[in-house]
Parts: sequence; structure tokens; C-alpha cells
Amino acid sequence: MNFSRLLFRNLAAKIALLPMIVISLTVFVGCVIYSIIFSFTNSKLVPVFDFVGWLQYTRLFKSRKWDVAVENIFIFGFIFTIGCLILGFLLAVFIDQKIRSESLFRTIFLYPYAMSFIVTGLVWKWMMNPTFGLEHAVHMWGWETFVFDWLVNRDLAIYAVCISAVWQGSGFVMVLMLAGLRGIDEDIWKAVAVDGIPKWRAYISVIIPMIRPVIVTSVVLIAAGVVKVYDLILALTGGGPGYSTTTPAMYVMEHFFNRANVAQSFAASTIMFISVIVILAPWAYWEFYFRQRKEQN
Amino acid sequence: MKYFFIKLFSFFLAFSFFSVSYAKEAEVVHWWVSGGEQAAISEFAKAWEAKGNIWIDTAITGGENARGTTVNRIMGGDPPTAAQFNISRQFEDLITQGKLQSLEELATKEGWRNFIYPKKLIDVCVRDGEFWCVPVNIHSAQWMWTNTSVFKNAGVAEPDTIDDFLAAAPKLKASGIIPLALGGQPWQEGLMFGVVFSSEGYDLMQAVLKDHDTGAAKGPRFRNVLENYRELQQWVDDGAPGRLWNDATAMVIQGKAGMQIMGDWARGEFQVAGLAPKNEYNCIIPGKKKYVELGGDVFVFPKSDDPAVKEAQYELASLMVNPTVQANFNNAKGSLPMRLDVDMSAADACMKMGLELIKDPDHIMEGSGIWNTNDFVSSWEDIISEFRNNPDQSIDDTINQVVDLLESGI
Amino acid sequence: MKTSTIEGPRPKNVSIARIGVYCFLIICSLFFLMPLYIMIITSLKDMEEIRQGNLFYLPKNLSTYAWPKAWGTACTGFVCEGLKPGLLNSFKITIPSVIVSVSLAAINGYALSFWRFKGSYFFFGLCIFGAFIPYQVMIYPLLRIENILGIYSSIPGIVLVHTIFGMPILTLIFRNYYSNLPIDLFKAARIDGGSFLKIFFYVILPMSTPIMIVAVILQITGIWNDFLLGLVFAGRENQPMTVQLNNIVQVDFGVAEYNVDMAATILTSLVPLLVYFFSGKLFVRGIAAGALKG
Repeated sequence: MNFSRLLFRNLAAKIALLPMIVISLTVFVGCVIYSIIFSFTNSKLVPVFDFVGWLQYTRLFKSRKWDVAVENIFIFGFIFTIGCLILGFLLAVFIDQKIRSESLFRTIFLYPYAMSFIVTGLVWKWMMNPTFGLEHAVHMWGWETFVFDWLVNRDLAIYAVCISAVWQGSGFVMVLMLAGLRGIDEDIWKAVAVDGIPKWRAYISVIIPMIRPVIVTSVVLIAAGVVKVYDLILALTGGGPGYSTTTPAMYVMEHFFNRANVAQSFAASTIMFISVIVILAPWAYWEFYFRQRKEQN
Repeated sequence: MKYFFIKLFSFFLAFSFFSVSYAKEAEVVHWWVSGGEQAAISEFAKAWEAKGNIWIDTAITGGENARGTTVNRIMGGDPPTAAQFNISRQFEDLITQGKLQSLEELATKEGWRNFIYPKKLIDVCVRDGEFWCVPVNIHSAQWMWTNTSVFKNAGVAEPDTIDDFLAAAPKLKASGIIPLALGGQPWQEGLMFGVVFSSEGYDLMQAVLKDHDTGAAKGPRFRNVLENYRELQQWVDDGAPGRLWNDATAMVIQGKAGMQIMGDWARGEFQVAGLAPKNEYNCIIPGKKKYVELGGDVFVFPKSDDPAVKEAQYELASLMVNPTVQANFNNAKGSLPMRLDVDMSAADACMKMGLELIKDPDHIMEGSGIWNTNDFVSSWEDIISEFRNNPDQSIDDTINQVVDLLESGI
Repeated sequence: MKTSTIEGPRPKNVSIARIGVYCFLIICSLFFLMPLYIMIITSLKDMEEIRQGNLFYLPKNLSTYAWPKAWGTACTGFVCEGLKPGLLNSFKITIPSVIVSVSLAAINGYALSFWRFKGSYFFFGLCIFGAFIPYQVMIYPLLRIENILGIYSSIPGIVLVHTIFGMPILTLIFRNYYSNLPIDLFKAARIDGGSFLKIFFYVILPMSTPIMIVAVILQITGIWNDFLLGLVFAGRENQPMTVQLNNIVQVDFGVAEYNVDMAATILTSLVPLLVYFFSGKLFVRGIAAGALKG
């Protein structure tokens, strides 16, 4: 294999990856740089070069709404991620038990992912409404003291949001997990049986480590969803009661058009980017650099 | 012979060119997608098409979505012919960026400054001596809507002021209904606060919201406003958060609640439900001194290099202020027209109240939307909404937040 | 390659464990199906019953009023043609967007897995970072770029936007799938003198059916349900069905006809639902073949 042939092969790959490289640089990196630059301006409806230093950031960190938003993203992120992972895993494990009507169950758990949340959000809003939703229905069925008013309760509304979110997202995680489980050799199960390990123990000690890559990928996809969550909360609570269920992404969105303060929007999103990089970069480095090293051996 | 055919041919050519260039196209972005609103925008569309033109309707529900789309399309290079905004400062940036078509030529020619009423409406659209938008209606937020039989059953008179209501509320509660219907969305909570605020005094409202006077905000009168507002909240039911405004109106219509504080657009709901004004329901402008607040809609016209577009825009703007079209539009929408010489004889009792009141300039009030940017208005609503939903937030704390907002220069 | 179905006979014993499994699955199904159930029964009630009645009760008087209205006569502004106008547009947007975004991601994944060069992973990392950027922030720069390119407010414009937004996740999935394929197959093809493109089309692509199905399904549901990007980038003649849906459902004024809303929602979601229903099995098999093993 001479040098020119090597160059040519890599050249083809480089050309093929050109769109990805161009898009990553101009659009993704470009957008980040764009928003960082304009976060130092006083842009209102449209970005203008009216530099004001740290003004937007001062306002951002003084804003109570932003504090609540940051708190909420952690609460929501944690519950949503754990909820989807656990529920998705459990559903996958149970479906994997050689049951009848597997296709039916799988579709039932997966259909929420297919529906736009503008739509299903309204139904969840009805169901969780104390006046005519679940609480009212249960009262009419006889259990008078049942209370489920989380959605209109400032302190609990974010948890109500988590419920709908897990409903929507865990089906997809289930499918990912199921595929991972299906990839496990029958011989492993036979070995487990021979060793006399109870099935639940096997899952925890043997299986989960084996599907670790699937879990990691699921976490990445879930995390991307958490950072961008908007439609879901808008449909369910509009950010309320008050602003108790607002999130950083919502803060960015509403300052963009409705409040005509694009610069504030950019400041908020810059903080979001920094957070994402801080969390993502070490993982990405380890995952891919480490993997590359492993595969080269 | 040849000469004759050449003449004939050029005649047809000229005629076809004339008739083709006569049909103008207008794409209008708006957010009027439902019921009465949709009937209203249809009046504009019908009048436009009656002249042989083409109306392209780009309806996008939700003011933010529609306005956002308008701004995006202007920035992206594919602007609509006309776009709806509110009476506000929402479109100011578009003017300073030079993205809008000036209407000054048309305004001078047709004498808009002569017939647009109230005069304050002119200020909404004029910057640097030029018209940049056309106001099409007036909506006011200062109304209380009551269910007459509910009050009768409770044995109380329908209130004339907020204080009257606070006095009557316990009896309403005792008779088993929800005294005050509210939809717990920030804009509604802010609207209700605005009514309480102006009841205390329009001068105070101007001091705080227009002049951004922090002294007034720290004073006893504003504190009183906050206390009154908080007192009102105990008469609102717990299911309020997130409720839509028309669901709250439905509560009053169905007799589950006694009263709603809402803008004049609530009238449409009562009308659709078949209730008779002054008979089965009542519309009251609260306060010892009654005001009509200047809210409403305007249309802006994004600038285009194409002279044909400018021609179409001028024709459309002219149509929108035409008295006959104004009559049809406002009757369908349930709003007040932006000129006095419009035939509103088809209006119902409640609208007539507004029409009478607005004749006297002393009873007209501008609102925060005219004085302040959207950013300010929304931040204000944030404070008010939190104040309403969080009983632990003290009045002092709220005043501090208000002062911060006034000083922030937003 | 492992099979996607379980080998061996179904266990015949009706043990506590089996009953427990079914119980758990059935209870979860109830939770998942509740919203769909409510949507369907609400769409079959008349407004009177919706206002007075219980959210969870079956309709007393079955009314199919909502469905034709949602489809063809509901007013969305001046135009009263229901969801119909948007259907063709949704297809016009979805089909090219899916084809372009999936093809591009496949090539990306292929290049990243087999043709690694210095820095390729760095750009891949940048790409993945793109998955975490909120939409609004990207809209302005994209508007400007498309304005310059002259494709703003058109089908090519919206296709480009969907390709950009879909690239991070799709590339990740394709890359993971391809890196799980046996490397020997690829090495053999290279020794045989295969070029970059030749190997892709004759060796890799035939083995990609499962992952193709996964990517196509993900994109179809994401793009079909998209509202914001279609509104901004597709142009006035190409507004997708979701814009009409939103106009019908999110009504600020006047009577909200909830039965029409539900019917409109189900109608709009039919396409992705059907795609999911009929390719469910293919979907899992795709991932089972190593799509996300990392």
C-alpha cells in the first residue's frame, strides 16, 4: 500500500464527511459563537452590535426566574433520566420474557413517542386537572378525599411534568434496552442457569454490565431531550403556576420573540452551552479516545 | 389592413396588461383563528377581494408564534405584505432597523391625523413624524363581567367597584359558588392587577408604569394596591393555574362563578352562549371614575423594493381605515373602531357603553403596553404572577422586585 | 449476528413469576393507553357531553361530528378547510427531508467507523454537541445563511434545516451500528481493491437495512410532528399539517371544540402512528443488530 493510495482513501472519506464538518463548524459552532458575541450586546428584537459588556449576564443571574429554571432542569433532568432508564429497562426485561403478544405490548409502550406533545400535552393537562380530571373522576366514583392537584401546585407541578415526560420517553428507551437484551447470547443464560444464580441477580450483576453501551447511548439521547425540553412544559403548564415549572430552554425561547430581548436569550443559552460542554466534554473524550485506544490494540 | 391589425393587437396587449396588473396580491399574517376573530378578519379579506384582488391568509394561532414568524420572515427575506401586531411597542425595533414601509404618504393624503380617534392612537403608530402602522380597533381590558342570577341568589347587588366586590364576595361564597373566576396565566393575572391598580388611581399607574417612579412604587398607595390584589385572590378557586380565559368566562356563564375581570372580548362568549346583556349578565367598567383602556391591534407593512408591493400595501391600509369596512370589522370582532364616524348602530348594550365613554378624552387611558416594551410588560407579569401564586412572597419583597424592574432600564 | 427473536419454546408453567410479569405489563399498559383512550372517546362525544360529563366515561350519544369537521371544514383563520390543505405539504416536506438526512448520516457513520482519520472524531464530537443546542438560538443564523443561499422559505430550505437538526443523533446511531459490524468484511473488501464509495454501496449498504429503518422511523416521526421549523422555513405555500392542527387546537378565543381538537390530533398523528405500528418489528431488529452497542 503506497502513500498516494493511502492519501486518496482518506481523501474520499474526508470529502464524504465534508458536509458534517462544514455543518458542525458553520452551524453548530457558528451558532454558539454568534450567541456568545450577541450576548454582550443590548439587542432587542434583532441582533445588533450594541455592546454593553456584562449587562445581560448581570440581569440573568439576578433573575429569580432563571434560578427557578436552573433548579427545575436539575430536578426534571434527574427524575426524567432515572425514570426513563428504570421504566424502560423494566419494560424491556419483562417483554423479553418470551411472552405472548409481544408486538402489541411494544406498540402500546412506543406510541407516545410518535405523537406530538402539543396534542398529548392537552390530554395530560385535562387528566391532571383537579376540577375535571382524575381527582374529579375518583371523587365521582366514591373516594371523596382523593387529592391529585400537583399540576396546579407550585411546589409539585414540576413532578407532574415529570410524569408526562416519562410517559412519553420511556417507550423509546424500552426499545433501545430491548435491543440490547436481544443481543445477549443464549449461552450466557445457560451459564447463569448452570451456576444456579437467580434470574434477578443475573440481571443486576451480569446483564446490565453487558448492555452498558446501550445504557450510555440512551443517556446521551435522554440528556439531549432534557436540555431542549420545551413543548412538553409549554403544553402542560405554560411554565406555571407563576413560573414554577420554567426551564432554561423556556427562558431562552420566551426572551427571543415574545419579550423581544434577543441578547438576554443569547446570554442564557451561552450559560447552557458552557454547562453542556463541562458535562459532555470529559465523557466524550473518555468514550471516544478511550474506545479508539482500545480498538487499536 | 396591416396597420389596423397592429392597432388592434396593441390595444389588446395594453388591455391585457392593464387587467393583469390590476389584481393585487396581499399576504397577511395574523393570529385571528377562532370564532368572532375569524369572522372579523374575513371582513378585511372580503373587502379586499371585492376590489378584484387576491387575499392570501396566513393565520398562525398564538400572538407570539405569529409575531415571531413575521420577524423571522422579514429577517430571512420573505416578508408578508402585512402583519398583525398589538397596540404596543412590539414593532419598534423593526422601525429602527428600517424594515417597515412608511405609510406617511398615504396618511397625509387621506388625512389620518384628522379622523383617527382617540388622538393617542396616532402616537402608537407615529415615530419621527411618520406613520409606520395602521391601528384597526380598540380593545379595553377594564371590565367586570357578572352573572346576574348568581348575584340575585346570593342577595347582593352587582358591584360597581373592586371594593364593592370585596364586600360582596363573602355572601357569594356562602351561597355556594366561586366568587371570582380567573384563568391562572401570567397575562390574565397581570390584567386583573391592572384593573385593581387603575381603580386605585390612574395617576398612580402612570407614575409607576409610565414614569417608572420608584418613589411611587415604594409609597403607601401602591402597597394598598398589592394588598387589595392579594385580598381578591382568596375568592379565586384553587384550580385557576393554567386555566384559559374563556374557560373562566364559561364558569360565569354557567353560574359556577359570580364574576370575571376580563377585557371586552369576553362579551363574545356571552353572546355565543345566548345570554342577554344587562339582563342575564352584566358588563361593568369598575372604578368610581370609568376608563376605556387603549389596547387593540395594528397592522404593519414590511418594506419591499417592489413598487407593486407598496401599491398593494397602501391600498390595503386605506381599506382597513375605511368607515364601512371598520363598521363590519368591529361589529364582527366586538371591538371599538379607531374613528368616530363609523356606523356602530348594530352594536349591543355593552359595546355601546364603551362607545359612549370613549367620546370623552378624559375617560381614555393608555395601558402599560403602550408605555413599555414587551420585555418590561412580561417581566412585570412575572412578578405579579409569582405574587399571586406564592402566598409566602411578602408585599415588601414584591415592592423590591418592582423597584428593581423600574430601575433596570428594560 | 444474534437473532432478534428468542430461541427455545415458550415456558408452559403458569408460575407466580409469569403472572407477575403479565400483571406488571398490563398495569403499565393502562398507564400508557389512558391518554389515547381519552382522546378517542372525547372525539366521539358532542360538546354538551364533554362540558357536563366525566372525562373518563364512554360517550352516551356517539357523535361523529368532529371527524369530518377536523378533516375538511374546521376554520383556521379565513380559510375553513380543516387539516386537508396541510397533508400534501407535510408529505412534500417529510419525504425529501428523510431521504436526505438519513443518506447523509449513513455516509457519515460509515466514514467515521471505517475511515477514521486524524480529527474525524473531534468533528464528530462537535456534531454531537449540536444535539444540545436549543432551536431558537439556531434559527437566526440559519435564516441569514439561507437568505444568502437564496433558499429561504422553500422546500429545499426546510429540507436543509431538517438535515442539519437531524444530523447529530442520526450520525451517532449509524456510527455505532457500523462499528459493530465485523471489521474483517471491510478489510477483505479493501484488499479486493474496493474504493470508498464502492465498498459503501456494495458491502455496507446491503447490511444496513435494519439501521436504515430505525433512522427513517425516527426522522419521519420527528419531521412529521414538527411545527416551528416548518412555520419559519418552509414558505407560505408549504405549511405542514401541524400548523393547521395548532390553529385548530390552540384557540385563544371563542369556543374550543374539544371533540374536533381530539379528532384533528389523531388524524395528524396517523401517519407516524401507522409507520410505528407496521415497522415495530423491523425497528427492534435494527437496534438488535448492534445499532447502539456503542
